[in-house]
Amino acid sequence: MYATTYHKPKTLSEAVELFEGSEDASYLSGGHTLIPTLKSRLAAPQHLIDVRNIPDLASSIEVTADKIIIGSATRHHIVAASKEIQAVVPALSGLAGSIGDVQVRHMGTIGGSTANNDPAADYPSAVLSLDAIVHTDRRSIPAEEYFQGLYTTALEPGEILVRVEFNIPEIAGYAKFRNPASRYSMAAAFVSKHRDGHIRVAITGAGNEGVFRWTEAEERLTESLTAEALEGLTIDPSRMMGDMHAPADYRAHLVAVMTRRAVQNLGGTHIL
Amino acid sequence: MSRVTITINGKAETRDVEDRTLLVQFIREHVGLTGTHVGCDTTQCGACTVHLDGRAVKSCTVLAVAADGSQVMTIEGLADGATLHPMQQAFHEHHGLQCGYCTPGMIMASVDMVRRHDGELDEHTVRHELEGNICRCTGYHNIVKAVLDAAGKHRAAKNVAPVEAAE
Repeated sequence: MYATTYHKPKTLSEAVELFEGSEDASYLSGGHTLIPTLKSRLAAPQHLIDVRNIPDLASSIEVTADKIIIGSATRHHIVAASKEIQAVVPALSGLAGSIGDVQVRHMGTIGGSTANNDPAADYPSAVLSLDAIVHTDRRSIPAEEYFQGLYTTALEPGEILVRVEFNIPEIAGYAKFRNPASRYSMAAAFVSKHRDGHIRVAITGAGNEGVFRWTEAEERLTESLTAEALEGLTIDPSRMMGDMHAPADYRAHLVAVMTRRAVQNLGGTHIL
Repeated sequence: MSRVTITINGKAETRDVEDRTLLVQFIREHVGLTGTHVGCDTTQCGACTVHLDGRAVKSCTVLAVAADGSQVMTIEGLADGATLHPMQQAFHEHHGLQCGYCTPGMIMASVDMVRRHDGELDEHTVRHELEGNICRCTGYHNIVKAVLDAAGKHRAAKNVAPVEAAE
């Protein structure tokens, strides 16, 4: 990678000041998306601002009667192993446990994943499906306003993601089909039935604008939360990514299959 | 440039390094411990796996400066003098390597796995949790046998210990 200068601020304001005082800076959390990006020279920020030392982001999991609140710097293996989360939303802890591999899960964080919004990332589907609120150093953004396209979120330059607050659903399931070589998601579906009855189907890995809600599937599942209710429902391939890992029509097929599998695995995960 | 101190295999190592220096470069090039390998560009192969503050991580994807003040264990830190670590012994006995390039990473990942599961491992779990380590030579089955053997020895050592304490 190109030369860069590393900083480890101790407070949110110090971090933001460093960012705003630099011509070209990136925040660094677990680094397991950013550092590979820098190594391949796809990006070359002059300043890396490591946010893991900031108390506001600290690794933390709070489960209340209605919410799961996770600090940005919380690593995937912690969420995966959390008995509190397993007890209420096993699809969420299962999702975290399916990210990358053991070594990646020992470093990667929910804040980094959510702030980056990689189209193949897992967490954005849970954030969208569980109607989460993304709390930053300056405001709170509801999920439906947060995701704005490939690698694009509502975060302003310098804004730091501090906590993610998920609603606990009545039940949820996560199904993912990984590319057998790269292990990245080619299509994944996070299906939730919320306590007031509304259904959310969030698709990741497949859409050409990143994570999205499959509203037609939501309508079908509102009538009946069964795989049968989705029979015959297809998604337009023109909405899908097509690349060397999978053409758009194959992704469209996988999206429909994974949505059915998520419904068949409510209360857990189905990871292929 | 930053002054970075990392305790590697129990010994504090201080070097002045560029901030872009990866932990694997610090270990290999600055400290001279070349048992940890670089096998890919994409954080996939796991040949660089070390223990960072007790957990298996891919050292090619951690900045040395970000690991300042940390404890690192590399493959060189496993043996006790001339006595191989039980995992190393198991890889030897079960022919869990051919060219040996992935082996340090496989062993470090496997030691971490046995510790996390306290030796309670089955074949399915071993294969699943070695997904971060790629081997081109062996087809994995002798690696899996080695890890299961070491896990079994870990369990046996757990069961033996209370009896020894009573004596």
